Amino acid sequence: MSSLFDLVISGLATGAIYALVAIGFTLLWQTSQTINFAQGEFAMLPAFLMLAVGRTGAPFWLAIILGALLSVAILGIAFKKLLVDPMLRHGVLPLAIATMALSVAMKESVKQFFSAEAQPFPSIAPSGSVSIFGSEVSLQSFGVFAFGLAAVIGLNLFLERTSTGRQMQAAAQNPTVARIVGVPVERMIMLTFVINAALVALASLLVTPIYLAKFSSGETLGQAAFIAAIVGGFNQVRGAIIGGLAIGVLDNLAAAYVSTQYRAAVSLALLIVIILFRPEGLVGRSEERTV
Amino acid sequence: MKYVLMAGLVLLTAAFAAPALAQDIQLVDVAELSGGGATVGTNFKNGVDLAVEEINAAGGILGHKIVVTHADTQSNPGVARAQVQKALDSNPYVLLGPGYSGSVKVTAPLAEEAGVTQIMGGEAAELTRMGNKFLFRTSFGQQSSMPKAAKYMAEDMKAKSVAVVWVNNDFGKGGRDTIEKEFDRLGMKVVADISTEAGQADFAADVAKVKASNADAAFVYLNEEESARILKEFKRQAVTTPLMGETTLVGQKVIELAGDAANGARAHVGLTTDAPIDSIRAFRERFVKKHNYVPDHNGIKGYLAIYMIKAATEKMGKVDPKGVADALHGLTIKAADQPGILMDVTFDENGDIDRQGFLVEVENGKQVIKQILPKLH
Repeated sequence: MSSLFDLVISGLATGAIYALVAIGFTLLWQTSQTINFAQGEFAMLPAFLMLAVGRTGAPFWLAIILGALLSVAILGIAFKKLLVDPMLRHGVLPLAIATMALSVAMKESVKQFFSAEAQPFPSIAPSGSVSIFGSEVSLQSFGVFAFGLAAVIGLNLFLERTSTGRQMQAAAQNPTVARIVGVPVERMIMLTFVINAALVALASLLVTPIYLAKFSSGETLGQAAFIAAIVGGFNQVRGAIIGGLAIGVLDNLAAAYVSTQYRAAVSLALLIVIILFRPEGLVGRSEERTV
Repeated sequence: MKYVLMAGLVLLTAAFAAPALAQDIQLVDVAELSGGGATVGTNFKNGVDLAVEEINAAGGILGHKIVVTHADTQSNPGVARAQVQKALDSNPYVLLGPGYSGSVKVTAPLAEEAGVTQIMGGEAAELTRMGNKFLFRTSFGQQSSMPKAAKYMAEDMKAKSVAVVWVNNDFGKGGRDTIEKEFDRLGMKVVADISTEAGQADFAADVAKVKASNADAAFVYLNEEESARILKEFKRQAVTTPLMGETTLVGQKVIELAGDAANGARAHVGLTTDAPIDSIRAFRERFVKKHNYVPDHNGIKGYLAIYMIKAATEKMGKVDPKGVADALHGLTIKAADQPGILMDVTFDENGDIDRQGFLVEVENGKQVIKQILPKLH
């Protein structure tokens, strides 16, 4: 029983990270029809930017701040202006393919210019454990879950309770009407990209101490987040949250009770089932489009 | 016009004469320079480069300079095979690597068919049981190391029940099969047999299974990066089960990646730069000076491989690629005669080695030698 509890807690922690990355997916899709296949690498790169700043001799806290700012600049602003805007003119599919190329370029660049080997990365969450229901539960898992949850709640409050947040939602739901009522749609879209960059930077900061900084760590993260976004509902932020947490827990339980070799198959099987029987996702809205 | 022809003839003669004078010893190193095994291959390559630089600075092998090229297997046996085929097409003096046993398994038949000696880093027991007369180890095969590890767990750790965590590749399977046979022979019960995947990032479920098994000790046999991740997870879940491994669990890079989560882990190791041996200390200093970091056992393997080639070639008294394997079989290389070999070693007919070994424990981020196990013969 305590083993099940351990698995659920650590699954929720991993799931919170998947949720952060998945939220970014859904936000980009909702506001600008961007499917970002480099999202996993977006969650890999900030850790390396922080490590690179750290190598100049800066203290860890400064490296985090500067690394996060660099991430926002590169993965938010530069990504939007240099890749999304020019490619989106040609349609959603060319942009999606361009992000696949970006994913490869990012991985290989980190491998080439930083290192092919894994690097250690310090944790901002506390070490040690606490006893709950007879189980020693890691404070790091709690910390990761708490940070992730705080970010998600903060984002929701921003979207629901602030004028800027509501303008972002308006721009996502109907950009034409939003423009008419005076919402600065282009600025709102740029803000979405900046928020995505901030979310993946936080995800990177939380997950890298566990998975180690490695150029290939975006592959599993990106796949898990993509599945989470679809399972939860690609057009709802809360879908990404529910999908992320569900995939995190399911993955752990599958590894423990099914098999380690087939753990990935369980979430992929769930993805197939959802696409076949409930393509809008668990809490997504049904959307139809003529093609 | 005839002057042009004359000039052309002179140049052509020079072009043919030049190789006849130099006759460098061409080595190709096929290593895991990226992918899950990047630590293994990069260390091996750096060890090779250091040895080549030292030997060339001292005049080469029998007056011939060594030239080495490195190829990346991407830790993928299919890519390794292609890289080795390409390497063999260039008729190397000796083939170095790969480090991953799965990659060695698929490339060894190619080198054997080409009659090229292959000095590699793989440790799976089956590699030297394939009847390949051209394959040589640089470290203990599992058939030598696992009995020593199991004996330590039985006698020193007093473990009666063991959880075995292993990586699902040729290296891990070979190790698990060998050690579980030893546990059986020693009357120890395997209460959990947990397979993990190469490149796996999340070990929460596997560590939870170890915890739930209530084993007296856990034998953990993964590759380097995965070893670091599982050690961190053991710490995160506050698991107090004593951990034992074989070489990889306590490697230098693993300690660097796992931080203080590595403290307390024990292992049988064949090669360690923390060994209280002057030649190894000196090697470590030279390596750190050249590469700016402390090498793990893979760095030592790469370094030794070049000195094995030097010793075999000097024994033959000539640079003869066809004779290297025969020269190595049955050869004992003493560190007093060939300091680059670091410790006395004997190679048997199968390419296995007999050499001193160590039992280590990680304390405060360093490997501390607890026992020295002497060379058998």
